[in-house]
Amino acid sequence: MIEVIDAERCTSCDICVNVCPTNVFDKTDGIPVIARQSDCQTCFLCELYCPEDALYVAPYADTRCPTDVVALRQTAAFGSYRRAVGWTDETRDLRGIDRSYLLFGH
Amino acid sequence: MTTNDRRAERLAAPDGSVEFDADVLVIGGGPAGTWAAVSAAERGARVVLADKGFCGTSGATAAAGTGVWFVDPDPALRETAMASREKMGGYLQDRRWMARVLDQTYQDSDRLAAWGYPYPVDDSGKSQRNSLQGPEYMRLMRKRTKQAGVTILDHSPALELLVDDDGAVAGASGLRRQKHDRWTVRARAVVIATGGCAFLSKTLGSNVLTGDGYLMAAEVGAEFSSMEFSNAYAISPAFGSVTKTLFYGWATFSYEDGSVVPGAASKGGRSAIARALLQGPVYARLDMADDDVQRDMRASQPNFFLPFDRTGIDPFSERFPVTLRLEGTVRGTGGLRIVDDSCATSVPGLYAAGDAATRELICGGFTGGGSHNAAWAMSSGTWAGWGAAGYARQLGPTRQRRLASAGSVAFRSRSNRPFEPAALAKVVQDEVYPYELNYFRDASRLEGALARLDAAWADASAADAASKDDLLRARESAAMLATSRWMYRSALARTESRGMHRRDDYPDQDVRQRHYVTSGGLDDVWTAVRSHADAVYAEAAE
Ligand SMILES: Cc1cc2nc3c(=O)[nH]c(=O)nc-3n(C[C@H](O)[C@H](O)[C@H](O)COP(=O)(O)OP(=O)(O)OC[C@H]3O[C@@H](n4cnc5c(N)ncnc54)[C@H](O)[C@@H]3O)c2cc1C
Ligand code: SF4
Ligand code: SF4
Repeated sequence: MIEVIDAERCTSCDICVNVCPTNVFDKTDGIPVIARQSDCQTCFLCELYCPEDALYVAPYADTRCPTDVVALRQTAAFGSYRRAVGWTDETRDLRGIDRSYLLFGH
Repeated sequence: MTTNDRRAERLAAPDGSVEFDADVLVIGGGPAGTWAAVSAAERGARVVLADKGFCGTSGATAAAGTGVWFVDPDPALRETAMASREKMGGYLQDRRWMARVLDQTYQDSDRLAAWGYPYPVDDSGKSQRNSLQGPEYMRLMRKRTKQAGVTILDHSPALELLVDDDGAVAGASGLRRQKHDRWTVRARAVVIATGGCAFLSKTLGSNVLTGDGYLMAAEVGAEFSSMEFSNAYAISPAFGSVTKTLFYGWATFSYEDGSVVPGAASKGGRSAIARALLQGPVYARLDMADDDVQRDMRASQPNFFLPFDRTGIDPFSERFPVTLRLEGTVRGTGGLRIVDDSCATSVPGLYAAGDAATRELICGGFTGGGSHNAAWAMSSGTWAGWGAAGYARQLGPTRQRRLASAGSVAFRSRSNRPFEPAALAKVVQDEVYPYELNYFRDASRLEGALARLDAAWADASAADAASKDDLLRARESAAMLATSRWMYRSALARTESRGMHRRDDYPDQDVRQRHYVTSGGLDDVWTAVRSHADAVYAEAAE
């Protein structure tokens, strides 16, 4: 489930509020809030669309996992999914490297 | 005609609501809905697309990504592709439909390439088109839908259909849940593309898929087909949501004590995993993947690795607990019955595409792997869009039509008993999740479950209208409940095992039951049988 909005990175663009399919976030005057965490379906898509890499979705679908944002910043977790699918300037080339055709029919 | 003329028109509406007039309303914005919207708009229709979530991220494809049943137009290759799945599907497919889906998928894939989808190129320089990355594909489809002049309503779940005096479908209404108001779209034709029903099991990207389109369609009298093929379960790490199963083809499955689960496999041995899970935890390790395969896996499905990288598990060398999450009709094959080549349903003005429609025509009684659902979503979406646009065009003036709301359960003031959506959802889940009820079926267990579900329906029907804040959840749980009853009633009607439908009391396939089971009804759920050989589908007018 979604666990973290990093207030230091977030620019309050509200993109996450728009793109979350299950309407987990609410707009505020500043940084959005995680208003309905239990509705989160752990799809990781808000992370992909956050231009500031300010969101972190923990991989646990059914249980909460309070996560310390300071410790998280020491890891490579923020933005890792976005980099892996090639949705950052530095990783654009990864968009076209799908090798599924070698794996199907196994 | 300028682009502007082809946009849906915003009408004056009372406070707290917005209203549009359109030729075609598409409900649902996954692959099926976006292909339908683009196709209808390209035929000159003014189109509105309403999605419960955000068109582009919502639904099973956007989150998961899909293999695609894409086969080069070489007769021998096509023949092999069609023949290879017939046994698995219980010989319920229809060759003509398989061929037309392969053709349409080929053409739609060409368009995706022209629109800039970054298909990979193999070592021989060939563009490889049998896989689509979900976020990339659906971001592109949203862009193309907008460019086609379609009005997109995000976070706007449809709640009920509108019908005219003759019972033809004439629009829908719903909520704008971030604006806290209502929407109404008057339309000449409606495409249901709301996906399947995965019963809020948290299988990847699917919690928006609660069978809403089935319920709305049933309320105007639409029929379903193959609803017994609705017990798809997918493997995921026990703690996680990522139900991507391809890579488990390289896994060894074991019990707590480390011994191998006999017969367990992702393909052709999933029931052994389910039986083992009834006894206790089951673990997997992808220990058959060599270094090259591991590298290709990481490149192909980055989302598969999120649960592992974020918990520090190396899935290739370490065992991790797995579970099977119910995907219902998402990777099942049941859905709205379609009656002709344009994906019309049995109700005038109503079309169905993607997982909302039956996929029996190309999958028979089994999907899950093999990429048919994705091919079906784009093909049926394209046809439903054309069909709806054509139907809208031949309809006379409609502005003066009197429209009535078709919604029933959760809308009617009945008693003083409140509608309790969360409790109802739990009642349904308790009857459809258990492997011993749904994976491994048997008459007495199915009858017990059905009696409880029927009682829950009587209860929900007699409950008071849901409050404004609860209305969406109430309709979702009612849709799950209705879906479960068509599923189990159809499962009882098929007294054999075929495709994914597995009866402990009838373990064999019965040649005399090579037919389709039709179902429908809300207060009284019914089933009927249609023969396979005689299943004649009229050529579309288009
Ligand atoms: C994990 C996973 C992996 C899969 N892998 C494959 C694969 O490899 N190959 C394959 O062929 N298939 C695969 N599938 C199946 C495939 O994803 C679906 O068949 C496909 O997404 C169907 O497209 P659709 O447009 O019908 O539905 P979806 O993509 O599910 O979209 C439905 C849309 O309808 C919207 N909606 C729902 N209710 C309402 C409402 N009341 N009002 C308005 N909008 C509503 C939803 O928000 C959603 O956007 C997979 C499914 C899952 C879950
Ligand atoms: S998308 Fe990212 S930057 Fe924008 S509001 Fe959300 S968290 Fe903040
Ligand atoms: S993981 Fe998915 S459901 Fe959860 S907050 Fe992010 S976008 Fe929403």
